[in-house]
Amino acid sequence: MTGLAQLTRHRLFWPIVALVVLLLASTLKSHTFLEITVRDGHLYGAPIDIVRRSSITLLVALGMTLVIATRGIDLSVGAVMAIAGAVTLTQIASSPDPGAISTVALAMLTGLAVCLAIGVFNGFLVAVLGIQPIIATLVIMTAGRGIAMLITGGQITTVTSAPYKTLASGYWLGLPVAALIAGFFFAAVAFVTRRTALGVLIESVGINPTASRLAGVRARTIIWTVYVLCALFACIAGFLQSSNIMAADSNNAGLFIELDAILAVVIGGTSLAGGKFSLTGTLVGVLVLTTLTLSITVLGIPVNAVSLFKALVVIVVCLLQSPVVQHKLRARRRQAAPVPVEVPA
Amino acid sequence: MTVPTPSPIVQMSGISIAFPGVKALDGVDFRLFPGEVHALMGENGAGKSTLIKALTGVYGIDSGRIVVGGVEQVFSGPAAAQAAGVSTVYQEVNLTDNLSVAENVMLGHEVRRFGLVDWRATRKAARTYLEALNLDIDPRSSLSSHSLAVQQLVAISRAMVVDAQVLILDEPTSSLDSDEVARLFDVIRTLRERGVAILFVSHFLDQVYAISDRITVLRNGALVGEYRPAELPRVELVGKMIGRALEVLTELEGSTERVVVDRSGTPLLQAIGVGRRGSIEPFDLDVYPGEIVGLAGLLGSGRTELARLLYGADHADTGETIVGGVSTKLRNPRAGLSRSIAFSSESRKTEGIIGDLTVRENIVLGLQAERGWLRRVPKKKADEVVSHYIEALGVRPANPDAIAGNLSGGNQQKVLLARWLATAPKLLILDEPTRGIDVGAKAEIQKLVADLAAQGMSVVFISAELDEVLRLSHRIAVLRDRRKVAELVNSDDVTTDVVVDLIASGGTSA
Repeated sequence: MTGLAQLTRHRLFWPIVALVVLLLASTLKSHTFLEITVRDGHLYGAPIDIVRRSSITLLVALGMTLVIATRGIDLSVGAVMAIAGAVTLTQIASSPDPGAISTVALAMLTGLAVCLAIGVFNGFLVAVLGIQPIIATLVIMTAGRGIAMLITGGQITTVTSAPYKTLASGYWLGLPVAALIAGFFFAAVAFVTRRTALGVLIESVGINPTASRLAGVRARTIIWTVYVLCALFACIAGFLQSSNIMAADSNNAGLFIELDAILAVVIGGTSLAGGKFSLTGTLVGVLVLTTLTLSITVLGIPVNAVSLFKALVVIVVCLLQSPVVQHKLRARRRQAAPVPVEVPA
Repeated sequence: MTVPTPSPIVQMSGISIAFPGVKALDGVDFRLFPGEVHALMGENGAGKSTLIKALTGVYGIDSGRIVVGGVEQVFSGPAAAQAAGVSTVYQEVNLTDNLSVAENVMLGHEVRRFGLVDWRATRKAARTYLEALNLDIDPRSSLSSHSLAVQQLVAISRAMVVDAQVLILDEPTSSLDSDEVARLFDVIRTLRERGVAILFVSHFLDQVYAISDRITVLRNGALVGEYRPAELPRVELVGKMIGRALEVLTELEGSTERVVVDRSGTPLLQAIGVGRRGSIEPFDLDVYPGEIVGLAGLLGSGRTELARLLYGADHADTGETIVGGVSTKLRNPRAGLSRSIAFSSESRKTEGIIGDLTVRENIVLGLQAERGWLRRVPKKKADEVVSHYIEALGVRPANPDAIAGNLSGGNQQKVLLARWLATAPKLLILDEPTRGIDVGAKAEIQKLVADLAAQGMSVVFISAELDEVLRLSHRIAVLRDRRKVAELVNSDDVTTDVVVDLIASGGTSA
């Protein structure tokens, strides 16, 4: 087999091709697309924008990858984001000094605690009571926004707090803080899953829960843990989102983000059937989705056709990854070579 | 015995198939004539299943040709193979439990009238097919209400509905008793007379010699040869399958000098009145260091249930378990594992092997679970353990990075044994470790168990084959109807008949 053929069979080959094609097309249209400039000591440009905008989806998709690896799914992430924003901003708004770092830190801790409780609840339903993950997490998906509304009193809570604003709009060492936060958690999860045995145990539970339990793996604890982690990452994503608009919008915060996150995980090559997962794949998946949204504007695609265009790209990437299509493509390549046929006696 | 017509219905030549890390078939030729029963023989991992899957379109072939009925075929899937007249009945019956017998037989071939299913005619057609196989059961009854043997026969009738010219029976007798086997063989003979070509796979040599007209032997993915049963004595067949001097085999089989186990100290494990409602009645059982306790009984007599309680796979609701002199509650598998108990389940596919993980990851899993996720087994230690057991147990292929799901049944069993041995257990519970495994691997595993016990490990050994239980055990517990009915010390006077009598009579303690 040639090196090229081996390369095209790599799980991430087509998603990366899609990413490169999108970037190239955008650059052809607008020549300065890939340019990065320094303004006021910060890095500016479309690539930086892609990285910054990817951070929210990446955080949610990180947790989702782990959940999906255990054969589960978490639909509640969008609602958790809304709750995180509602809890934190309400507390900041009601404090006497919204601009103090201590106020912000305390409010964020409260938000984390609430989301932790939600994660524990989700995990309990799935791991202990054995409820189908899609149903179990549907509870918070539907009820969560209502809870957020109750917390904000049905209003869109807005605040003015410099430290909180830094989360989404600030820069550190010339890079957006949001991207640094997402990058830090990505590295942390990658490190913990691949340097300890957590990754392989998660995969083992996802592939065969019964066999894993009999082998002595704490299957229940592991499943519970991934739902808690997923809620915590969604919570941080909720901080970034609400910091971006400096408001807690219970109806729209993280709306449909569960679908983007699941899509990113699938594009990254992690199977919804559980088992082997790839964090790098998820990262590529998130970048493809964000670049897609950004290049749509650059390419001048009419607003009405945006969803259609997005769907097309996703379908093409998924098709190229499908084992059936790959098998067909390979068979065609093989057929091209003539095979001598003997006449049966 | 029928005389085969000169032209084969199936001609496979130069078939090669490779999986990542495994060369499953290497240029194998195989032919099948109409009206013959052709046995495909070989050790686990020899490539029998792979060859069958190539013929039934489950796997695509990397090279070679498949000619069915004179036409060269490239099967795109099982449906294409079925359309060409190749039908398969697998070891685990591929039917739909909750449908009726008629629905199962006629699935996809229901009699239609005005575009709707005519159920009356469908049932009638189903009955005709069933009767052709001398199977007198109500087509309306639910499939799950019948025994596994009848389900096998229903699966065969189903194969007849699609007008199969080639019928593949992959281990059809592994879960049948001798009467049921006789019945199945009657059906096979009927089909043979009708000119159906039958490919038969079984680990039971007696059955192979009783029914086959021709034998093809595979070894390590390559063809050894095609023989007539009359010209191939059994020892030679086994020698060809194993590919090793026969003395080694007899030595493995013969090493059974009986050792007296010292039962004066503290038992390693002591179960007093341990039971679980709906699963097994309370029982007493002592296992001493270095002792092999065999569990004998029919399928469903509670052998597995008892073993699961000893490990903590299920938790007992009555009684007391004392491990090493300390009373313990075995609430979950981890509890068993942490007290140096290991349990290898009888269903290696669903409760044993983690299919998509590598051989290395599968072997290290038990060790890793014991240490918890945070303390990863150091790479150096993992490498040592893995290469040690691959070598010691003869896992083939000897590639730690091969995907475990691609290995043959016998080799998966060895991987599981390695997983448990790596945890250095004091008590090893083996539930049917030799089921569906060929003679060579079976003898190897038996020898291994005897050696482990000689080194002081305690073993609870479960097998449906009484011979095996008698050959290995120092002590035998007999079970019947989810109750332990007897326990006896093994000696030369204890024969299969003695144990069978105990099972039949539900006897008193000896």
